[in-house]
Amino acid sequence: MINTGEILQTLRMIQEEHFDIRTITLGINLLDCADPDAERCGQRVYEKICRMAGRLVQTGEAIERELAIPIVNKRISVTPVSMIAQADPRPIARWLDKAAKEMGVNFLGGYSALMQKGATQADERLLASIPEVLAETERLCSSVNVGSTRAGLNMNAVGEMGRIIRQTAEATADRDGLGCAKLVVFCNAVEDNPFMAGAFCGPGEPECAINVGVSGPGVVKKALEEVRGQPFDVVAETVKRTAFKITRVGQLVAREASQRLGIPFGIVDLSLAPTPARGDSVAYILEEMGLEKTGAPGTTAALALLNDAVKKGGVMASNHVGGLSGAFIPVSEDIGMIEAAAAGALTLEKLEAMTCVCSVGLDMIAVPGDTSAETISGIIADEAAIGMVNNKTTAVRIIPAIGKKAGDTVEFGGLLGFAPVMPVNSYDCSAFIRRGGRIPAPLHSLRN
Amino acid sequence: MTKALISVTGLDTTGIIARVATRLSEMNINILDISQTILGGYFTMMMVVDLDGAHMDFSEIDAALQPVRDELQMSIHMQRMDIFDAMHRI
Repeated sequence: MINTGEILQTLRMIQEEHFDIRTITLGINLLDCADPDAERCGQRVYEKICRMAGRLVQTGEAIERELAIPIVNKRISVTPVSMIAQADPRPIARWLDKAAKEMGVNFLGGYSALMQKGATQADERLLASIPEVLAETERLCSSVNVGSTRAGLNMNAVGEMGRIIRQTAEATADRDGLGCAKLVVFCNAVEDNPFMAGAFCGPGEPECAINVGVSGPGVVKKALEEVRGQPFDVVAETVKRTAFKITRVGQLVAREASQRLGIPFGIVDLSLAPTPARGDSVAYILEEMGLEKTGAPGTTAALALLNDAVKKGGVMASNHVGGLSGAFIPVSEDIGMIEAAAAGALTLEKLEAMTCVCSVGLDMIAVPGDTSAETISGIIADEAAIGMVNNKTTAVRIIPAIGKKAGDTVEFGGLLGFAPVMPVNSYDCSAFIRRGGRIPAPLHSLRN
Repeated sequence: MTKALISVTGLDTTGIIARVATRLSEMNINILDISQTILGGYFTMMMVVDLDGAHMDFSEIDAALQPVRDELQMSIHMQRMDIFDAMHRI
């Protein structure tokens, strides 16, 4: 029998330390909805989503009530739209947004294109439509894969995405560039990611699958408070134990959702996903390890330990692990990161170094409004190169804050939070970006 | 067996256990374990119960506890035991 101490520990984790299930994401294959007529295609997409996801939100809420654990988001990810859009993809975007609203999910991901090696005509049409689509839709999220370890970097796509991000920021300038918060550029994108804005249902996925993302930075922070001053062996062990407990609950929720919906279980994503709430911060975990502010020397090492221990603890707690799996460091969604960036302790360059050892990349970073498309492409190229060479997923979700300069603040509200505008290296890289072509895939032996 | 934890907290008064247990018994819910204490005038009780006898679903049972909540002016919270088993047992 479970003892009182264990019961109280679980209740404290949920009630005081912000432990929650971050998302149940239903992946839906839309390949069978392809149609040369865009409206008809959109309609088929809409009907299929409504058929498959009809009970998603209500089932999530029932599990939430019975287990008394918050399941913050119920979401949908779909086949990259460029794979089904044989003509103008914009009508499909409108139908997807309508389906998301109808189903009561806060985000639907998959307005995506996979172009690590090159672009199809459909990819090109989709890319061109992103600024307009993200300005006009509310819940649709977009992602573009521009590189992979096997294919190298598609520098034409990198160059194009710099322009697309700027146009998206301009199209949503009245909302502080909110469109860019719904747009991710990936290298080595994963097919079963449950987290937004980068979720899509990859071509290797089954007809449908339940993928669950867990959270709980507050719980890890609290556990580390108990071992203050002790060596890193103890820190790693404490994080592992905590991650195990968190992930077991994620697995339980995934199994329940899968059974009730009659949809196969896909993966649990072992993540520490922060929110802007105080006490739900990944940065505070790093600071608990002994850093005055996140960004101080030692930050990358602290994050490496954290990320690895979360995986080691979580991997035994779930029978299928996937998605992005690691600690997230989105600046605007983490109060500790916001504070560190505002204080000048955390710079873009340090963030880039941190992304070498954790998931996922330069995430939710506001840069000055006059940052050029080429500079944004340069930032994407650097980040994608880290992912390509190190055989990991990296991403860029960057928001040019139109009309604002370094030190100002952008505000997105809700889970997306707010962010200080961070300064960017002002030296020019446009001649580099204009070259285009492809950076070849890296060698996988002689590693040093 | 569907086990649930029922936690009851609030200002101490006479007959809390009796009232909650009676309501559970009326629904044919068997009590497997009880621990109870008074902390600074606050009554705190945790009960582990078996819901299978009730032939009602979780939300109906929870709703059936509402009159007891109202009458005793206490917080009565029910959640499935699975979450504790998942977290603390391999």
